Amino acid sequence: MVQLTLPKNSKVAKGKTWPKPEGSDPKALRTFRIYRYDPDTGENPRWDTYYVDTSKCGPMILDALFFIKNEIDSTLAFRRSCREGICGSCSMNIGGRNTIACTKGIDEHKGAISIAPLPHQPVIKDLVSDLTHFFAQLNSIQPWLQTETPTPQGEWRQSPEDRQQLDGLYECILCACCSTGCPSYWWNSEKFLGPAALLQAYRWIADSRDEATGERLDALEDPFKLYRCHTIMNCANVCPKGLNPAKAIAHIKELMVERQT
Amino acid sequence: MAKPSTANRPLSPHVSVWRWHATMASSIAHRISGVANYTGAVLVTIWLAALAAGPEAYGAVEALIAGPVGILVTLALIGFTLSLTYHMLNGIRHLVWDLGHGFDPKGSNLRSILIFAGAVVITAAIWLAAGGLV
Repeated sequence: MVQLTLPKNSKVAKGKTWPKPEGSDPKALRTFRIYRYDPDTGENPRWDTYYVDTSKCGPMILDALFFIKNEIDSTLAFRRSCREGICGSCSMNIGGRNTIACTKGIDEHKGAISIAPLPHQPVIKDLVSDLTHFFAQLNSIQPWLQTETPTPQGEWRQSPEDRQQLDGLYECILCACCSTGCPSYWWNSEKFLGPAALLQAYRWIADSRDEATGERLDALEDPFKLYRCHTIMNCANVCPKGLNPAKAIAHIKELMVERQT
Repeated sequence: MAKPSTANRPLSPHVSVWRWHATMASSIAHRISGVANYTGAVLVTIWLAALAAGPEAYGAVEALIAGPVGILVTLALIGFTLSLTYHMLNGIRHLVWDLGHGFDPKGSNLRSILIFAGAVVITAAIWLAAGGLV
């Protein structure tokens, strides 16, 4: 259901401004507005302001977050792991767009940089959101190879051409930038599977080795699961891996029509 | 250790933080123009129904249009033209999407802007051409 405003407990208050790091060159300072929520106090979330000395940290947004955590405020919570764009842990809303903090340069943004958790998700603490529902939806499309044919002695073989069909699909790192950036998913996340799960659904439909295409399409034949995609294109615009869930969803819709004729 | 409560977790901000893409604006404009088209169709139907109902009813509607609220009627009709034109142009794009083409993000954003501009230009052209009639 469309609800443009946040619930009462979620309204973001004005927070505090943390002192500038000592002995830093004012020219190297960048301003960060960061969403803070502390589950221990149960108070409403707030926007805190920090100043990061970019001459003393790496070039990426994730480096700036580490600078804040190490030098200014150790209570700041965020997820991260690989710091090179392959684990999908540090996904968040940076400057109004979902992306992963480790591959987004500080110098790609002008002025004060706002950082919030992935949109329209329950917040556990600060920039850490609860993605249980997101992963349950991924699970629901059964993202694994399904076959009827007896398992071969060696591996399941695939021609180079068939393998090419998976390009632009298999690279997904499940960072949830696309799904949590989709307005349809904001309003209908209970029923609409969202771009990430649908891209994965198509990844298995497009796989020449998978033999459950019919069942997979049956499972998606639903007014909400698939058809809440209205080609808003936020998914493809924000994907940090440059993938195109909107196009994958369109392919599923095409297959739905094709099998009826 | 007490388990932290999960029930009262806040919802992270969404529309209030999002920096819009042109495609997002055009999607929402498609919805709004769809609703506006219904409203416009009702207004045109009232006018036609009055025409069919005879000189008296038609005269009443004409008097309204010629009267002080006439400018509002003209503005509503211009808005209706814009809404129809935009919805048609973006509708053609939806047909192309349904055929599986035009999903590149950069091109999609550009086409959104072109469709907005195209709707304004066509609306202006229609009203300039109809200038002698109003």
